[in-house]
Amino acid sequence: MINKESKTILEVHGLHATVNGVEILKGLDLTVKSGEVHAIMGPNGSGKSTFAKVLAGHTAYEVTAGTAMFEGQNLFELAPEERARAGVFLAFQYPIEIPGVANSQFLRLTYNTMQAQRGNEELDPLEFDDYVRDKMKRLEMSPNFLDRSVNEGFSGGEKKRNEILQMALLEPRLGVLDETDSGLDIDALSVVAHGVNELANKDNAIVLVTHYQRLLNYIVPDFVHVVDNGRIIKTGGKELALELETRGYDWVGVEHQAANLATVTAGAA
Amino acid sequence: MSEVLQDLVNRPYKHGFVTDIESDVAEKGLSEDTIRMISAKKDEPEWLLEFRLTSYRAWIKMEEPTWANVHYPKIDLQAISYYAAPKQKPKLESMDEVDPELLRTFEKLGVPLHERMALAGVAVDVIFDSVSVATTYKDKLAAVGIIFCSMSEAVKEHPELVQKYLGTVIPTNDNFFAALNSAVFTDGSFCFIPKGVKCPMELSTYFRINTEETGQFERTLIIAEDEATVSYLEGCTAPAFSSNQLHAAVVELVALDNADIKYSTVQNWYAGDKNGVGGVYNFVTKRGLAKGVNSRVSWTQVETGSAITWKYPSVVLLGDNSVGEFYSVAVTNHHQQADTGTKMIHLGKNTRSTIVSKGISAGRSSNSYRGLVRVGPKADNARNFSQCDSMLIGDKSGANTFPYINVRNNSAQVEHEASTSKIGEDQLFYFAQRGIDAEAAVSMIINGFCKEVFQQLPMEFAAEATQLLGLKLEGSVG
Ligand SMILES: Nc1ncnc2c1ncn2[C@@H]1O[C@H](COP(=O)(O)OP(=O)(O)OP(=O)(O)O)[C@@H](O)[C@H]1O
Ligand SMILES: [Mg+2]
Repeated sequence: MINKESKTILEVHGLHATVNGVEILKGLDLTVKSGEVHAIMGPNGSGKSTFAKVLAGHTAYEVTAGTAMFEGQNLFELAPEERARAGVFLAFQYPIEIPGVANSQFLRLTYNTMQAQRGNEELDPLEFDDYVRDKMKRLEMSPNFLDRSVNEGFSGGEKKRNEILQMALLEPRLGVLDETDSGLDIDALSVVAHGVNELANKDNAIVLVTHYQRLLNYIVPDFVHVVDNGRIIKTGGKELALELETRGYDWVGVEHQAANLATVTAGAA
Repeated sequence: MSEVLQDLVNRPYKHGFVTDIESDVAEKGLSEDTIRMISAKKDEPEWLLEFRLTSYRAWIKMEEPTWANVHYPKIDLQAISYYAAPKQKPKLESMDEVDPELLRTFEKLGVPLHERMALAGVAVDVIFDSVSVATTYKDKLAAVGIIFCSMSEAVKEHPELVQKYLGTVIPTNDNFFAALNSAVFTDGSFCFIPKGVKCPMELSTYFRINTEETGQFERTLIIAEDEATVSYLEGCTAPAFSSNQLHAAVVELVALDNADIKYSTVQNWYAGDKNGVGGVYNFVTKRGLAKGVNSRVSWTQVETGSAITWKYPSVVLLGDNSVGEFYSVAVTNHHQQADTGTKMIHLGKNTRSTIVSKGISAGRSSNSYRGLVRVGPKADNARNFSQCDSMLIGDKSGANTFPYINVRNNSAQVEHEASTSKIGEDQLFYFAQRGIDAEAAVSMIINGFCKEVFQQLPMEFAAEATQLLGLKLEGSVG
């Protein structure tokens, strides 16, 4: 929901980032305010996941220029776990498996870490069990997933659901969902989308990375951005996603190049 | 390897202090005279001196083994002292007579010798350098017929038992280090559980090397008669010296009909500094003889210390239906080297053995599992299950598995499973993204990895082991 009164949650300016010496992000700008839902779209390899991981602080990526302010704090000065505790949540495109660590144990540790951070009471294993089962029910997840190792042997869709379960437990200020829809069957998509909608409120914000309009039918974005070659080349309302669906990304690229050319020519003149 | 991982494995060793206590240290070097000197100092019977001399004569003809996957400069066995003892009254009547400096030492190490031991409910025998300095709860144990005392005392008070069993599980010429130990061992624990007695508490020995350039050669002997059961714990630490100390212990266990012996170790000898300087060379021979029908010998070990670990707690399954178990966690960091595992020798019918080995290597360390499962021709229906899992932290450490299987009976079933995994940057990032720092993440992953072994540890030890691993790997992530 766009609201003039709302506070800025995330403000990214001129972000450049490299991985293994290769520049992937090339001047990305994005402002996200509380209560808003942003969709980020763009071709494979354009840098969407890179952007998400850079925000979360993955050590493989180096920020070479630009800033990212999160609720007034310089995100790049915080360690990854501090960013998480401050309220940045990333639902991974490919959630990793952690053999040997029971999901229930992991979920409780992350939940209690966040509770401690917020000065709230931590839950003991029994209390947590009740709490998490209730959250799982809403996501139509079987309690069997509590006893299994974190993501180990989970199907693609089950992993995505486990990510949203974590988001529901942690109640972040900013949720970045990297292709949470891919791998979900039609019913799961509606359940997960419903779960996300329940979590969205006027004080937090959601950034959805997706390739498909169908997710946006459920979670309606306030803004749609197109990323290409490491930067946002076009921003529009929810209609932009529909247009992309019919016309593909090429026309945006062409339009963007034309605009670029125009500025360069104007500058030269 | 990321910095986070680095910091995590680099925590200093907290038991590295030296106790300032007056000690009686023998001249360096080894000869028949040294052995006569040790034997005389301990006022030993003639048969024991003979046992030592026979061992010594076997040992001088033996070569130090080189087959293990460990590398170290040759140990100059003439450059160490074979006897060191704190100077104090020869015989202690109660704990109050123990040198307060010693009491403080063990207090600092967290070994309960005083009032706290009553709460802990664990009987402790304490070995400081070469001698046993204290044994707690002796009277209470004696009331049910259990003998728990130092080896020296057992030689004096129960010579017939010691003579009957000493060297019967591990012959004096078994291997280089066992032969050396048999020649020069100075003290250790002795434990005898008579027929039908279930030991009412955990028995425990705490070993501490204090003197630099001393070897520690302790000898432990545990006998459980028919239907007897006992759970025994062993802990060890040493000060941080820049030279290497040699520890060559021998532990023998004998389980008669329906007897059950469970032996747990948390080994935390000084491992050397992060550049690999100093640390204990741990060359230990441990073997249990499941002699009687339905007997069980179970080894659980958590090996975190020592510069070099060379250790294969084994079980000889002689009695029909006997059971042998080996549960191990071995953690190496920096330049530590561990070559450890077990031998399960099936001789009786319907014998069963289980091997669960978890190796964790961080830093530039090397961690090898070496195990032998042998099934003799008469061991009908013998079964073994082995599982060897390795976990690597960072990319400079190494893990190896050397399983040897030797089956001479067609009815045997031998299963072996192995896996190697790695704590990767992406796993740690996943934890971090959920607010969990690397230290907590590693500890959670490692605890999950070691779960099956930790479950075998007695309660007090399980908590200690978990904590120890946390300390050990702090700073190793990345
Ligand atoms: N660790 C890495 N080493 C080398 N190249 C990398 C690494 N990580 C990402 N890249 C490259 O960076 C580019 C952007 O990748 P990214 O995962 O951000 O794309 P994406 O927009 O999320 O694509 P998709 O829609 O397929 O998920 C790709 O070309 C990818 O190969
Ligand atoms: Mg992606």
